[in-house]
Amino acid sequence: MTELSINGVNKTHDGDPAMPLLWFIRDEVGLTGTKFGCGVAQCGACTVHLDGNAVRACVTPVAAAAGKNVVTIENAITDKVGAAVQASWRKLDVVQCGYCQSGQMMSAVALLTRNKTPNDADIDAAMSGNVCRCATYVRIRAAIHDAAKALA
Amino acid sequence: MGILNRIAGQTANAGDATTGALINVSRRNFLQTTGGLALGICFGPVACSTEKAAVPAADIAPFVPNAFLRIGADNSVTVIAKFLEMGQGTFTGLATLAAEELDADWAQVAVEAAPADAKKYTNALLGGQGTGGSTAMADSYLQMRTAGASARAMLVAAAAEQWKVPAGEITVAKGVIRHAASGKEASFGQFADAAAKQPVPAPETIKLKDPKDFTLIGTTATPRKDSQGKTDGSAMFTQDVKLPNMLVAVLAHAPKWGATIKSVDETAARAVAGVVDVVKVDGVPGTTRAAVAVLARNTWVAKQGRDALVIEWDESAAFAKSSNEISKEFKALAAKPGKVAATRGDASAGLKKPAKAIEAVYEFPYLSHAPMEPLNCVVDLKADSCTIWNGEQFHTIDQMVAAGVVGLKPEQVTIKQVYAGGSFGRRASSKSDFIVEATTLAKAARAKGIDAPIKMIWMREDDMRGGYYRPAFVHAIKAGLDAEGRITGWQSRLAGQSIAKGTPLEQYMIHDGIDHTSVEGISDTRYAFEHLQVELHSVDYPLPVLWWRSVGHTHSAYAMETMIDELAHAAGKDPIAFRRTLLEKQPRHLKVLELAAEKSGWGTPLPEIAGKKRGRGIAVHESFNTFVAEVAEVSIDASGQLKVDRVVCAVDCGLAINPDVIKAQMEGGIGFGLAAILKSEITFDKGAVVQGNFGDYPPLRINEMPAIEVHIVPSAEKPSGVGEPGTPVIGPAVANAVFAALGKRIRKLPFGDQLSA
Repeated sequence: MTELSINGVNKTHDGDPAMPLLWFIRDEVGLTGTKFGCGVAQCGACTVHLDGNAVRACVTPVAAAAGKNVVTIENAITDKVGAAVQASWRKLDVVQCGYCQSGQMMSAVALLTRNKTPNDADIDAAMSGNVCRCATYVRIRAAIHDAAKALA
Repeated sequence: MGILNRIAGQTANAGDATTGALINVSRRNFLQTTGGLALGICFGPVACSTEKAAVPAADIAPFVPNAFLRIGADNSVTVIAKFLEMGQGTFTGLATLAAEELDADWAQVAVEAAPADAKKYTNALLGGQGTGGSTAMADSYLQMRTAGASARAMLVAAAAEQWKVPAGEITVAKGVIRHAASGKEASFGQFADAAAKQPVPAPETIKLKDPKDFTLIGTTATPRKDSQGKTDGSAMFTQDVKLPNMLVAVLAHAPKWGATIKSVDETAARAVAGVVDVVKVDGVPGTTRAAVAVLARNTWVAKQGRDALVIEWDESAAFAKSSNEISKEFKALAAKPGKVAATRGDASAGLKKPAKAIEAVYEFPYLSHAPMEPLNCVVDLKADSCTIWNGEQFHTIDQMVAAGVVGLKPEQVTIKQVYAGGSFGRRASSKSDFIVEATTLAKAARAKGIDAPIKMIWMREDDMRGGYYRPAFVHAIKAGLDAEGRITGWQSRLAGQSIAKGTPLEQYMIHDGIDHTSVEGISDTRYAFEHLQVELHSVDYPLPVLWWRSVGHTHSAYAMETMIDELAHAAGKDPIAFRRTLLEKQPRHLKVLELAAEKSGWGTPLPEIAGKKRGRGIAVHESFNTFVAEVAEVSIDASGQLKVDRVVCAVDCGLAINPDVIKAQMEGGIGFGLAAILKSEITFDKGAVVQGNFGDYPPLRINEMPAIEVHIVPSAEKPSGVGEPGTPVIGPAVANAVFAALGKRIRKLPFGDQLSA
């Protein structure tokens, strides 16, 4: 049995410990903001925070999250950086189809948490694992700068 | 009657139902259907239908003036969208049109998806309920405004009656109904009940605003209606639908088109803890691949079960070609005369003795749409009903086809449209392929005694290898110049698959053997060529192909615009000056061309970047009645590494409804097109698709995205679409910039590593 916390709520999993965290979050816990895009950590749609670090939930076994705290997009608002990122995303109307955006924002929150004033190269480095087929990248970049300004 | 309705009618006649039955949906049923949204599916940020609109606070029936609006006693305004929101801002656009004439406050407006109902919700430009061809705003511009104006008139009439004042003295602004002289004012909600009792105004009495009085259309006061839900995790996609007792299906698909199941050993799959059942899903030749589905309560378990299946496939009748063979075949065809698709003057005479002759062969690969949300579909099949949850793009056809598969009448099939995680054309399936697969699976499962809703989920590899690609094409072009640098003749010979052939669309899209979408952008070019000949070889392959964001323009604009650039250079002329002469009588082309040139600083030197060669290129193209010019600036290092640094885009899409959405669509369309020309390619190895995931079908990433400036031409013309037209122009703009930098022409896509050679 695996015990972990999702958005501050204790959860237990007694199935396959190798099951990726993504499917535990989506199918068992029922939080669907975290998306399935590729299953092999190549698109970042499933990005969540594991003890504050951005990880790809589709390749992170539930067992690797034992005793840890997972934060998903649904709880991003409770964090100052998360709230600022969401606000900037809305202010600049970043989203198009929206499917990748939970992952984009979770990566952006992780970036802004450790680097309060990222430059374009920092953004490229932190965000290039998150794919957006609608190519909303111009606005993602602008929204990260906007959130950084709001947090300063 | 348009294409989609005709197909629907035909399908209905072939089955056991009638089109009449489909369209006979009463208002009562309509309300019940939308009431079904209480299941937890909602779109809007304000009056999320599950929380407010669908369950009015005080048992007061909402005011439903027409099929497109619902105004609640709680003051919510719900716009019913007949189109799919798949990223292009369609919901926001529809809401803008209705709210403008209703004089609603933008904050009180939410959007909800319409059910499948061809009578109420036909797209006049497609001829059936469906989203595509960048038609939503063009189709709805008057319809949604009229819906808003009609509702406004009824609210005003109700207020006039109660306040006992002349309706003409009542004003409405930002959701407030006001009578200045008496100082009376009220919200829409306060009059929703009374307005519902007013007669619906006759269409000829409805007066629409003069565009100079618009307060929402053409402004930035209309932020996207889907931003909230798509940034807090609450937006509902097919992938997110969860129903009581629901099973998840993950499938093993035949590795090649046309392969069938020889044998299945289910033992290991059934041994996976949690696997509920294994169901064979027969392929429909030319439409779906044969498959075996593993059902479980949880996606991971279903996938583990799927991976444990041992299947022997019969590939004896399967498509078995490899990409090099395909390329050779298409090139050989394009070298020979084909079926004539367009003729102007006498191209052979014009090409007989030009001062300069240029010949070039262009190769375009198969492309996958690869939307971020892999294809999926939820089906709840009962004895006498079938409910489908889908990012629904082709309601009318899909409803008919699903009914045919499960053996019900179309009106027994309910489609619940949720957000689509991208489409780029893929979810508008000409053969309803994934709907066919999901309903075939549901039927087979039910036959085995499984009475549960089933969510079919394609893994990324299922999606990437699932066909319905942008067809590969070869263009062989011959063009000539006279001594003054004027074009003496142009001949294009194309070879590739038709997206219509073998589909229900064939009889409406193919005329005299020509699928116009194969040659569009060349056969109808606005360039003043005196002598033009376009010939086509439509190749018969059993491989399903489909429209892909901007359809034929995806390849025709590249061939046309890079060849024009080549001719301009051969004529010793500036590429813009060269085009200007050819577009003398095309004011809208000229306007975007000049605007892009001016804003990009065309003709001024590019800032140097140490160790890199730089170049600037331009292209202009019309598609879907929208005109786009793009100037690309590139830099290339010594190893051949290309970076597109900046793109300046000018667009004329008629009257701009949501300028910020238009800009976003140009940005996104450019990024999408850039991925394709730089790196995307689906290849075949003896019929099997080589690529499977984003590792070998690399998408564009943020570090590769150029800075983009979009300039909108002010226009009072009828609004036209923006979802597609930004895409086809970027390829040739970048290719022409590469030529400016290196003097090298790229004629085979994708670019790949051709610049380092």
